[in-house]
Amino acid sequence: MRFAPGWGKHQGMKARIHITLKNGVLDPQGKATEHALGGLGFGGINDVRQGKYIELDLTESDPVKARATVEAMCQKLLANTVIENYEIDLDE
Amino acid sequence: MKAAVIVSPGSNCDRDVQVALRQSAGSDPIMHWHGDANLPDVDLIVVPGGFSYGDYLRAGALAAQSPVIREVVARANKGVPVLGICNGFQILTECGLLPGVLMRNAGLKFICRDVDLRVEAADTVFTRDYVNGQIIRIPVAHNEGNYFADDETLNRLDGENRVAFRYCSPEGEVTPAANPNGAARNIAGILNEGRNVLGMMPHPERLADAMLGGTDGRPMFDGLIEALATAA
Repeated sequence: MRFAPGWGKHQGMKARIHITLKNGVLDPQGKATEHALGGLGFGGINDVRQGKYIELDLTESDPVKARATVEAMCQKLLANTVIENYEIDLDE
Repeated sequence: MKAAVIVSPGSNCDRDVQVALRQSAGSDPIMHWHGDANLPDVDLIVVPGGFSYGDYLRAGALAAQSPVIREVVARANKGVPVLGICNGFQILTECGLLPGVLMRNAGLKFICRDVDLRVEAADTVFTRDYVNGQIIRIPVAHNEGNYFADDETLNRLDGENRVAFRYCSPEGEVTPAANPNGAARNIAGILNEGRNVLGMMPHPERLADAMLGGTDGRPMFDGLIEALATAA
Protein backbone atom coordinates (compact mmCIF):
# COMPACT_ATOMS: atom_id res chain seq x y z
CA MET A 1 0.00 0.00 0.00
CA ARG A 2 1.28 3.43 -0.87
CA PHE A 3 0.55 6.68 0.84
CA ALA A 4 0.47 10.12 -0.68
CA PRO A 5 3.58 12.15 0.08
CA GLY A 6 3.31 13.79 3.46
CA TRP A 7 0.66 11.39 4.66
CA GLY A 8 0.50 11.33 8.42
CA LYS A 9 3.11 14.02 8.59
CA HIS A 10 2.54 17.02 10.76
CA GLN A 11 2.11 19.96 8.40
CA GLY A 12 2.96 22.81 10.74
CA MET A 13 5.98 23.54 12.83
CA LYS A 14 7.00 24.10 16.38
CA ALA A 15 8.28 27.36 17.72
CA ARG A 16 10.37 27.21 20.86
CA ILE A 17 10.77 30.54 22.59
CA HIS A 18 13.23 31.33 25.35
CA ILE A 19 12.51 34.49 27.29
CA THR A 20 15.29 35.80 29.49
CA LEU A 21 15.89 38.91 31.56
CA LYS A 22 18.13 41.47 29.92
CA ASN A 23 21.64 41.94 31.26
CA GLY A 24 21.67 44.32 34.17
CA VAL A 25 18.09 43.59 35.19
CA LEU A 26 18.06 42.25 38.72
CA ASP A 27 16.78 38.67 38.96
CA PRO A 28 15.82 38.03 42.59
CA GLN A 29 14.56 34.52 41.79
CA GLY A 30 17.84 33.61 40.15
CA LYS A 31 19.74 35.02 43.13
CA ALA A 32 17.64 33.04 45.63
CA THR A 33 18.14 29.85 43.59
CA GLU A 34 21.88 30.50 43.42
CA HIS A 35 21.92 30.91 47.18
CA ALA A 36 20.00 27.66 47.71
CA LEU A 37 22.34 25.75 45.38
CA GLY A 38 25.27 27.06 47.38
CA GLY A 39 23.55 25.88 50.56
CA LEU A 40 23.32 22.37 49.07
CA GLY A 41 27.05 22.34 48.57
CA PHE A 42 27.08 23.00 44.81
CA GLY A 43 30.02 25.29 44.23
CA GLY A 44 31.40 26.91 41.12
CA ILE A 45 28.35 28.94 40.18
CA ASN A 46 29.04 32.47 39.01
CA ASP A 47 25.44 33.46 38.45
CA VAL A 48 21.92 32.04 38.05
CA ARG A 49 19.40 33.70 35.75
CA GLN A 50 15.85 32.40 35.50
CA GLY A 51 13.67 32.74 32.43
CA LYS A 52 10.66 31.28 30.64
CA TYR A 53 10.27 28.68 27.93
CA ILE A 54 7.20 28.71 25.69
CA GLU A 55 6.42 26.13 23.03
CA LEU A 56 3.96 26.87 20.25
CA ASP A 57 2.51 24.30 17.89
CA LEU A 58 1.81 26.23 14.69
CA THR A 59 -0.32 25.38 11.68
CA GLU A 60 1.84 27.59 9.46
CA SER A 61 4.28 25.62 7.33
CA ASP A 62 6.21 28.50 5.77
CA PRO A 63 9.14 29.20 8.09
CA VAL A 64 9.49 32.83 7.00
CA LYS A 65 5.85 33.59 7.76
CA ALA A 66 5.95 31.56 10.96
CA ARG A 67 8.98 33.43 12.23
CA ALA A 68 7.41 36.81 11.45
CA THR A 69 4.22 35.84 13.30
CA VAL A 70 6.04 34.51 16.35
CA GLU A 71 8.23 37.61 16.39
CA ALA A 72 5.08 39.76 16.52
CA MET A 73 3.66 37.57 19.31
CA CYS A 74 6.82 38.09 21.35
CA GLN A 75 6.76 41.84 20.80
CA LYS A 76 3.08 42.22 21.61
CA LEU A 77 2.55 39.77 24.42
CA LEU A 78 4.93 36.94 25.19
CA ALA A 79 7.87 39.11 26.28
CA ASN A 80 8.04 42.50 27.91
CA THR A 81 10.88 44.05 25.96
CA VAL A 82 11.51 46.66 28.66
CA ILE A 83 13.20 43.95 30.73
CA GLU A 84 13.21 40.78 28.63
CA ASN A 85 14.95 39.37 25.58
CA TYR A 86 13.55 36.53 23.53
CA GLU A 87 14.98 33.93 21.20
CA ILE A 88 12.90 31.98 18.71
CA ASP A 89 13.80 28.52 17.39
CA LEU A 90 11.69 27.02 14.64
CA ASP A 91 11.43 23.27 14.08
CA GLU A 92 10.02 22.02 10.86
CA MET B 1 -19.63 62.82 37.59
CA LYS B 2 -19.69 59.32 36.21
CA ALA B 3 -16.97 56.82 36.98
CA ALA B 4 -16.32 53.30 35.73
CA VAL B 5 -14.41 50.57 37.55
CA ILE B 6 -13.01 47.90 35.22
CA VAL B 7 -13.65 44.38 36.50
CA SER B 8 -11.47 41.53 35.22
CA PRO B 9 -11.49 37.88 36.23
CA GLY B 10 -9.35 37.99 39.36
CA SER B 11 -9.95 41.64 40.29
CA ASN B 12 -10.40 41.80 44.05
CA CYS B 13 -10.17 45.50 44.94
CA ASP B 14 -12.97 46.57 42.61
CA ARG B 15 -15.56 46.72 45.38
CA ASP B 16 -13.29 48.66 47.72
CA VAL B 17 -12.89 51.25 44.96
CA GLN B 18 -16.66 51.21 44.45
CA VAL B 19 -17.21 51.95 48.16
CA ALA B 20 -14.57 54.70 48.21
CA LEU B 21 -16.09 56.38 45.14
CA ARG B 22 -19.61 56.06 46.54
CA GLN B 23 -18.46 57.65 49.78
CA SER B 24 -16.84 60.61 48.00
CA ALA B 25 -19.29 61.03 45.12
CA GLY B 26 -22.52 60.05 46.74
CA SER B 27 -23.31 57.81 43.77
CA ASP B 28 -22.20 54.41 42.56
CA PRO B 29 -19.67 53.96 39.77
CA ILE B 30 -20.42 51.69 36.83
CA MET B 31 -18.84 48.28 37.36
CA HIS B 32 -17.70 47.42 33.84
CA TRP B 33 -16.78 43.88 32.78
CA HIS B 34 -13.44 43.67 30.96
CA GLY B 35 -14.82 41.63 28.06
CA ASP B 36 -17.27 44.35 27.06
CA ALA B 37 -15.56 46.84 24.75
CA ASN B 38 -18.57 49.18 24.85
CA LEU B 39 -17.46 51.39 27.68
CA PRO B 40 -20.08 54.07 28.40
CA ASP B 41 -19.10 57.74 28.41
CA VAL B 42 -17.50 58.37 31.78
CA ASP B 43 -15.43 61.11 33.43
CA LEU B 44 -13.13 58.73 35.30
CA ILE B 45 -11.88 55.19 34.77
CA VAL B 46 -10.38 53.12 37.58
CA VAL B 47 -8.44 49.92 36.89
CA PRO B 48 -8.43 48.27 40.31
CA GLY B 49 -6.11 45.84 42.04
CA GLY B 50 -6.26 42.09 42.16
CA PHE B 51 -4.78 39.18 40.26
CA SER B 52 -6.30 39.53 36.81
CA TYR B 53 -5.94 36.25 34.90
CA GLY B 54 -4.07 34.79 37.86
CA ASP B 55 -1.03 36.91 36.98
CA TYR B 56 -0.34 34.36 34.21
CA LEU B 57 2.58 35.13 31.89
CA ARG B 58 3.34 38.45 33.69
CA ALA B 59 1.23 40.43 36.15
CA GLY B 60 -1.22 42.49 34.10
CA ALA B 61 -0.02 41.22 30.71
CA LEU B 62 -3.17 39.32 29.76
CA ALA B 63 -5.64 41.85 31.14
CA ALA B 64 -3.80 44.52 29.12
CA GLN B 65 -5.03 42.70 25.98
CA SER B 66 -8.68 42.54 27.04
CA PRO B 67 -11.22 44.32 24.79
CA VAL B 68 -12.05 47.13 27.21
CA ILE B 69 -8.42 48.09 27.77
CA ARG B 70 -8.09 49.14 24.12
CA GLU B 71 -10.96 51.50 24.80
CA VAL B 72 -9.39 52.68 28.07
CA VAL B 73 -6.21 53.55 26.13
CA ALA B 74 -8.25 55.49 23.56
CA ARG B 75 -10.10 57.42 26.28
CA ALA B 76 -6.88 58.14 28.17
CA ASN B 77 -5.39 59.54 24.99
CA LYS B 78 -8.40 61.85 24.73
CA GLY B 79 -7.71 63.12 28.25
CA VAL B 80 -10.11 61.08 30.40
CA PRO B 81 -8.51 60.52 33.82
CA VAL B 82 -7.45 56.89 34.37
CA LEU B 83 -6.34 55.64 37.78
CA GLY B 84 -4.60 52.26 37.99
CA ILE B 85 -4.03 50.82 41.44
CA CYS B 86 -1.68 47.90 42.10
CA ASN B 87 -2.60 45.29 39.47
CA GLY B 88 -4.22 48.23 37.66
CA PHE B 89 -0.81 49.95 37.56
CA GLN B 90 0.72 46.75 36.19
CA ILE B 91 -1.97 46.64 33.49
CA LEU B 92 -1.36 50.30 32.56
CA THR B 93 2.36 49.65 32.04
CA GLU B 94 1.67 46.46 30.07
CA CYS B 95 -0.76 48.26 27.73
CA GLY B 96 1.71 51.08 27.18
CA LEU B 97 -0.14 53.96 28.86
CA LEU B 98 2.68 54.26 31.39
CA PRO B 99 6.39 53.55 30.87
CA GLY B 100 8.45 50.91 32.68
CA VAL B 101 7.42 47.66 34.29
CA LEU B 102 6.59 46.27 37.74
CA MET B 103 8.98 43.43 38.49
CA ARG B 104 9.05 40.83 41.24
CA ASN B 105 9.74 42.40 44.65
CA ALA B 106 13.46 42.49 45.34
CA GLY B 107 12.93 40.53 48.59
CA LEU B 108 10.86 37.87 46.75
CA LYS B 109 8.08 38.12 49.31
CA PHE B 110 4.50 39.25 48.92
CA ILE B 111 4.32 42.48 50.93
CA CYS B 112 1.10 43.50 52.65
CA ARG B 113 1.47 46.38 55.07
CA ASP B 114 1.04 50.11 55.50
CA VAL B 115 3.79 52.24 53.96
CA ASP B 116 4.65 55.91 54.14
CA LEU B 117 4.54 57.86 50.92
CA ARG B 118 5.72 61.33 50.06
CA VAL B 119 3.46 63.26 47.72
CA GLU B 120 5.67 64.54 44.91
CA ALA B 121 3.16 65.94 42.42
CA ALA B 122 0.06 67.54 43.93
CA ASP B 123 -0.86 69.33 40.69
CA THR B 124 -3.07 66.60 39.19
CA VAL B 125 -6.75 65.68 39.38
CA PHE B 126 -5.73 62.69 41.50
CA THR B 127 -3.55 64.50 44.01
CA ARG B 128 -5.03 68.02 44.25
CA ASP B 129 -6.30 67.44 47.79
CA TYR B 130 -2.77 66.63 48.95
CA VAL B 131 0.17 69.04 49.08
CA ASN B 132 3.68 68.51 47.82
CA GLY B 133 5.90 67.00 50.47
CA GLN B 134 2.94 65.68 52.47
CA ILE B 135 3.50 62.26 54.01
CA ILE B 136 0.59 59.85 53.81
CA ARG B 137 0.22 56.31 55.07
CA ILE B 138 -1.70 53.72 53.04
CA PRO B 139 -1.18 49.99 52.45
CA VAL B 140 0.64 48.08 49.75
CA ALA B 141 -0.26 44.49 48.95
CA HIS B 142 1.75 43.07 46.08
CA ASN B 143 4.29 40.59 44.84
CA GLU B 144 5.37 42.59 41.77
CA GLY B 145 5.79 46.20 42.81
CA ASN B 146 9.43 46.69 42.01
CA TYR B 147 9.24 49.53 39.51
CA PHE B 148 11.87 49.33 36.80
CA ALA B 149 12.67 51.52 33.81
CA ASP B 150 15.91 52.44 32.07
CA ASP B 151 17.83 55.49 33.31
CA GLU B 152 16.69 57.62 30.41
CA THR B 153 13.03 56.95 31.28
CA LEU B 154 13.64 57.53 35.00
CA ASN B 155 15.42 60.82 34.29
CA ARG B 156 12.56 61.86 32.08
CA LEU B 157 9.98 61.01 34.75
CA ASP B 158 11.94 63.04 37.28
CA GLY B 159 12.58 65.91 34.88
CA GLU B 160 8.91 66.20 33.96
CA ASN B 161 7.82 65.84 37.58
CA ARG B 162 5.89 62.69 36.75
CA VAL B 163 6.66 60.76 39.93
CA ALA B 164 3.49 61.22 41.98
CA PHE B 165 4.50 59.27 45.10
CA ARG B 166 7.72 57.88 46.58
CA TYR B 167 8.19 55.41 49.42
CA CYS B 168 9.67 57.27 52.37
CA SER B 169 10.39 57.02 56.09
CA PRO B 170 7.74 58.29 58.54
CA GLU B 171 9.74 61.54 58.56
CA GLY B 172 9.55 61.83 54.80
CA GLU B 173 13.07 60.80 53.91
CA VAL B 174 13.41 58.82 50.70
CA THR B 175 15.88 56.13 51.75
CA PRO B 176 16.69 52.55 50.68
CA ALA B 177 15.41 51.37 54.09
CA ALA B 178 12.01 52.91 53.35
CA ASN B 179 11.79 51.11 50.00
CA PRO B 180 9.63 47.99 50.48
CA ASN B 181 10.17 46.31 47.12
CA GLY B 182 13.33 47.56 45.43
CA ALA B 183 11.52 50.07 43.20
CA ALA B 184 13.83 52.35 41.22
CA ARG B 185 14.26 55.69 42.97
CA ASN B 186 11.62 54.61 45.55
CA ILE B 187 8.91 55.15 42.96
CA ALA B 188 5.42 54.20 44.19
CA GLY B 189 3.35 55.97 41.54
CA ILE B 190 3.85 57.70 38.20
CA LEU B 191 1.93 59.90 35.77
CA ASN B 192 1.73 59.88 31.99
CA GLU B 193 2.84 62.88 29.96
CA GLY B 194 -0.66 64.38 29.94
CA ARG B 195 -0.91 63.93 33.74
CA ASN B 196 -4.35 62.33 33.31
CA VAL B 197 -3.13 58.77 33.93
CA LEU B 198 -1.82 57.75 37.34
CA GLY B 199 -0.50 54.29 38.20
CA MET B 200 0.37 53.49 41.79
CA MET B 201 1.16 50.35 43.77
CA PRO B 202 -0.27 51.46 47.16
CA HIS B 203 -4.01 51.24 47.76
CA PRO B 204 -5.73 54.57 48.62
CA GLU B 205 -9.12 52.82 48.60
CA ARG B 206 -8.10 50.61 51.52
CA LEU B 207 -7.66 53.53 53.89
CA ALA B 208 -10.46 55.87 52.89
CA ASP B 209 -12.73 55.26 55.87
CA ALA B 210 -11.88 55.98 59.53
CA MET B 211 -13.54 52.72 60.54
CA LEU B 212 -10.73 50.87 58.72
CA GLY B 213 -7.99 52.65 60.63
CA GLY B 214 -7.13 55.63 58.49
CA THR B 215 -8.32 58.12 55.91
CA ASP B 216 -5.12 59.10 54.10
CA GLY B 217 -6.48 57.57 50.90
CA ARG B 218 -9.70 59.50 50.93
CA PRO B 219 -8.41 62.85 49.58
CA MET B 220 -7.62 61.10 46.30
CA PHE B 221 -11.27 60.22 45.75
CA ASP B 222 -12.60 63.49 47.17
CA GLY B 223 -10.20 65.45 44.96
CA LEU B 224 -11.16 63.51 41.84
CA ILE B 225 -14.85 64.04 42.48
CA GLU B 226 -14.36 67.79 43.07
CA ALA B 227 -12.12 68.22 40.03
CA LEU B 228 -14.41 66.29 37.71
CA ALA B 229 -17.60 67.88 39.04
CA THR B 230 -16.26 71.34 38.23
CA ALA B 231 -15.02 70.18 34.83
CA ALA B 232 -18.39 68.73 33.85
